[in-house]
Formats: sequence, structure tokens, C-alpha cells
Amino acid sequence: MKILVCLSNVPDTTTKVRFKDNNTSFDANGVQWIINPWDELALTRALELKEGSNGVITNVSVITVGEAFAEPTIRKALAIGADNAYRVNSIPKDAFFTAFQIAEIAKKESFDIIFAGIESSDYNGSMVGSMISEFLNISSVSSVSAVNIENNEIKVTREIPGGKEFLNVTAPLVAVVQKGIAINPRIPSMRGIMTARTKPLTVSEAVACDSLTEFVNYELPQPKGKCKMISADNVKELVQLLHNEAKVL
Amino acid sequence: MATVQYTAPDHFLCDELFTDEQKIVRGAIRDWVDRSVKPIIEDYYERATCPVHLIKELGEMGAFGPFIPQEYGGAGMDYTSYGLIMQELERGDSGIRSMASVQTSLVMFPIYSFGSEEQKRKYLPKLATGELLGCFGLTEPNHGSDPGGMKTNVKDMGDHYLLNGSKMWITNSTIADIGVVWAKNEQGVVLGMIVEKGMSGFTAPETHGKWSLRASVTGEMVFDNVKIPKENIFPGVKGLRGPLSCLNSARYGIAWGVIGAAMDCYDSALRYSLERQQFGRPIAGFQLQQKKLAEALTEITKAQLLAWRLGVLRNEGKATPAQVSMAKRNNVNMALQIAREMRQVHGAMGITNDYPMMRHMMNLESVITYEGTHDVHLLITGNEITGIQAFS
Ligand SMILES: Cc1cc2nc3c(=O)[nH]c(=O)nc-3n(C[C@H](O)[C@H](O)[C@H](O)COP(=O)(O)OP(=O)(O)OC[C@H]3O[C@@H](n4cnc5c(N)ncnc54)[C@H](O)[C@@H]3O)c2cc1C
Repeated sequence: MKILVCLSNVPDTTTKVRFKDNNTSFDANGVQWIINPWDELALTRALELKEGSNGVITNVSVITVGEAFAEPTIRKALAIGADNAYRVNSIPKDAFFTAFQIAEIAKKESFDIIFAGIESSDYNGSMVGSMISEFLNISSVSSVSAVNIENNEIKVTREIPGGKEFLNVTAPLVAVVQKGIAINPRIPSMRGIMTARTKPLTVSEAVACDSLTEFVNYELPQPKGKCKMISADNVKELVQLLHNEAKVL
Repeated sequence: MATVQYTAPDHFLCDELFTDEQKIVRGAIRDWVDRSVKPIIEDYYERATCPVHLIKELGEMGAFGPFIPQEYGGAGMDYTSYGLIMQELERGDSGIRSMASVQTSLVMFPIYSFGSEEQKRKYLPKLATGELLGCFGLTEPNHGSDPGGMKTNVKDMGDHYLLNGSKMWITNSTIADIGVVWAKNEQGVVLGMIVEKGMSGFTAPETHGKWSLRASVTGEMVFDNVKIPKENIFPGVKGLRGPLSCLNSARYGIAWGVIGAAMDCYDSALRYSLERQQFGRPIAGFQLQQKKLAEALTEITKAQLLAWRLGVLRNEGKATPAQVSMAKRNNVNMALQIAREMRQVHGAMGITNDYPMMRHMMNLESVITYEGTHDVHLLITGNEITGIQAFS
């Protein structure tokens, strides 16, 4: 069995977001890049599955559609324990383009499970995973919070309103994962970081594909309003303010 | 997905001086500290207890002996990476960094540099994983800055040595499985040897009442006719050069480590000063608070550049003990002053364990004393400049 984990290279979640060119593009100046948190959890789960599989899972690969500056993120994934990596050398223009590129590689390698995060923490499109399954014409399960392999059966837990849904799914499939898939992301060890040096990272150029979206412009949310402090024993003033000023009562 | 709020200052874009790999190393240890050290350290510190469960985790992370070659269980990394590991550990706590410093520079380094092939194979891989913990016995009750005057001694008994004497202020002493101990032979020549826990005549009582490095164990090593097999002696070194080269390696790590403590204090003060309002505005808007913050950032930046350059020199095999000494002295003092100033920025809140400054400050009082005191390092530089030794 082979697993592919899709990694998106996203700005650190504490980044102060700025836009440039008249609010038409993200200003990446000085930004620290990290593995999309959901993808990092997916990678962690993929490695746990491999380690617990008694050799049934032979390979965990990672893939990123991104330019060369995404490589530290890929190296970190290799340091955490992925066996090999693919990078499609292109700006990930939109979900359709990205999913198309990943599907092109996946077609050649026939993975049994493809993990994608439920969304990426930068543009939060929530589409890549399902689109990959469409391009490959394989099943896709979304909102996955647990994946287990028992007696060669893939058992998947989904979060649904008010409860959980338990499924048995036949490979190949795309599992679109969310929180819960792993408890904590794995931290690379020093030996892992050194081993990553010799693990294969295959870089290929993008396959021709239209991007179907045009980004018009971006807008930052309104700055947070001033916080008014009211002493704990002054309930009257609080009620008055909520009534007259905030107009929520 | 770390919940600890922290932004490392990088005013001079030092990040551009590090390789991607070195930044992954730093990020990994930073994440580990946020996950495993930050949430527990104040509690252990208050109870003056060493979080021994972290030994195994430090081993798994590869924080023990990162520059030792992989064939002996290390990671085979460069010295800049080692420095960054120390920086991030000390952002957590100087005691945790001390544990890693001692294991790496004072135990694994001498075994690797002066040990026999059998000693290396026997001890290094287990020290790297944390299965074994080591300590380093040089200081004695009556010989601190002047280790050459040591009284601990070995007598050649033909098929073994007999070790007598005592060591004091030894990090990890009571919890260590092995100790690298320095003692004089009958000719007055300093020899290094490996003493194992459980050897008859060897005891290691703990030193209590410390207001510093409370999450790290400190104790004595007492030797009463301890039989040391000859194969436990380091074949590769004689004289004070042995222990001094270990100290050189540890001091190098300290020069980096303390930057982490300083950054932690600075980050906390910056955050607090922007949030805390007095006279109707954030205290960060007052010139006197800005002076403290601006001076702290200036000193941190200088320390970062000093450490980075020292790392490059050490990677190239060119760092001299005098350079290491200057960096250790400058950076520890920098961190201690910043801990004090940043504590003041927090006002009364700064004296509580809701914030890390008091802990770092108290820790740094040890760090400015061990591995060569602040004074002695100045005299090392003085000796370097003038060629005249002023300390003996
Ligand atoms: C928490 C902690 C952990 C430690 N861990 C270890 C360990 O693991 N292994 C180990 O071997 N040691 C360890 N030490 C010991 C440490 O290295 C010594 O404390 C240090 O070398 C200073 O020695 P001393 O305390 O005897 O001070 P002293 O040498 O007595 O110095 C007292 C004062 O006199 C000054 N002084 C001394 N000589 C001169 C001089 N020639 N000129 C001017 N001023 C001078 C010093 O600067 C200092 O201010 C540890 C110490 C501490 C506090």
C-alpha cells in the first residue's frame, strides 16, 4: 500500500497579513512558511498508519504544488518521516489547477490513500481534496477525523452534525481530513533532519491546465474596536453600554 | 498549532544567515519546547524538581550529541545547528539546556574525543538516546575557578586505579548513570575517566537550597577508594587540556543558549508593554519603557551576530578558546541584564511565575558563574590581549 499526503505551503498562522499592488495580491515579504496545519496532522497519521501496518504500507510520499521557496516545507516533511516527495514547480494558482497537477502525478504512481487537509490556512478554499478524487475518478470522503486499517479494510470516521459516521471504504480513495486525525503534529528529530538530506525530492514542471478563477482583490477585516473595561461589580454600566452603545440588548 | 505565544526577534535578518536545514532544526526544538517544557516548567521549578521524563524526549529529539557522528548515535550536525538547539532549549529553561549541554559537551564530547573505540561504542549510542545520562566532575569544594589545584586523585594498583576525593556542584550528579571525572595521578597529571553509578565507594548526595537552576539536579560526587578498571580511563588525553576542551565546547553552547532566555524575556515584555495601560495608554508608549525594549533588542542582535560568527568559525575549526570565552561572557551578561530590565517592564506581575523573567534571571546567576565565572572570562581576554596571565 502507498499513501500520498498533499502539503500546502502556507504563511505561519501568526503572520500579519498584508496585501500589495492595490490589494490584488498577498505581500509575502518577510513571511515565514509552514506546512498547512491540517496537512501536517494528515502526514502524522499517515506515518502512524505505516508504522503500525506490519509492512503493509510500504511508502508515504508527500506532494506540493509550489515554487522553489516551498522546499524547506517539503524537507521538513521528509525530516518528519515521509519517504519521498514531489514538487510541481508552479504557483498553485487555484484549487482546480492545484488538484489537476496532483492528480497528474497520482495517476502515474497509483496511491491507495491520498490525504488532503480539509482546507489550507491561507486561502481556505476547501476544494483540492475532492477535486483530486474527481480527476482520478475514485472515492472521496470528507470531514475525516480518523483513519484506521484493520484486516486490510480501510475504516474511516467522519464528523457529521451531532455525531460521527463510520465507513468502510475500498481503496483507492481520497481522505479529506480535519482536526482529530492525529493528536499532535510530529516534530522532526535531529537524525530525521539529517536523513532527509538523502531522500528523493522529484521536481517536475506543471502540466498545461487552465486556472478557472481570477482573483480580483482582497480586503482586510475591520480593525478590532476598542475594548472598554468595566469593573466586575458595575453590572449596571455594562447593561447600559450593551443596550445603548452596542445595541445588542 | 502551538498555543504558546512567541515571536523571536530578528532585527538584523539573521535568518538569512542560516540554512533551511538549520531553521528546521531551530523550529523543531522550538516546537518541542512549546509542547513539552513551557507548560510544566514553572511547576517543576517551584517544587525544585527535575523533570526527568524529559530525558528520553530530549534523546528522541536528538538534542544529545547533535554534532557527534551518526555512527556513534549522534546526528552528525554542524555547530551552528548545535548552537540553535541550545538557544531554543534555554528559551524553555536554562536547567533543561544545562542537562543537554552536560550530556553533549561534557560527557559525549570527551568520550568521543579522548575515549577508546570500546568506550565510544559502549557509551555514546546510549547517551545519544537518553538511555544513559551523564555528569561531569571537575569542580571541587576548594577548587572552582582553579581546577588545576584539584585534590581528587587516582593511585595505580596494577590492574586498576583507586579513586579518592570529592567533586561539588555537579549537574545531574544524583540522576546520572555515568560520570566523566577528572583526577590527578601520582605524578600530578590530570587523567579523565568514566565512573559508573553503583561502583563500590561512590556516592552522589544532592545539593539542596538552590535559588537557581531549580529544575536541574546539582550534587556532589564522593569517591572513597573507588576501584576504576583501567579500561575506564581515557587513553587520548593527559593534563588540564582534557577538561578545558570540554568546557570550551559547553561554553560555545552557552553563548548561544542564553540568547534564547533573553529572547523569551524580551518577547514577554514587548507583548506585556503593548497591552498594559497606565495613564490611559499602553506603557510601551512611554520613553523609559521604549529605552528598555530598544536596548534589549540591540543587545540581543549583537549577541546573535556574535554567536553566528562564532558558529561559522567553529564549523571551520578556527574558533579559539579566547573567542568562545568572550562570547560566553558577553552573552550571559547580556541575558542577565535583559531578564532584570524586562522584569521591571512587567511591574508587579513580573515577579510572579505567570511570566518567565524571574526564573530566567535566577537561572542566569548560575550560568554567569559556571563554565568559568564572568570575572575569569574577562581575565582570559586580558591574557589574550596582553600575553600576561592575571588569574594565577
Ligand atoms: C548550578 C551549578 C552547576 C554546576 N555544574 C557543574 C558541573 O556539572 N561540573 C563541574 O565540574 N562544575 C560545575 N559547577 C561549578 C562551577 O563551574 C564553579 O562554580 C565555577 O567554576 C566557579 O567556582 P567556585 O564556585 O568555586 O567559585 P570561586 O572560584 O571560589 O570564585 C569566587 C569568586 O572569585 C572570583 N575569582 C576566582 N578566581 C579569581 C581570579 N584569579 N581573579 C579574579 N577573580 C577570581 C570569581 O570570579 C568569583 O566571583 C556548577 C556550578 C553551579 C552553580
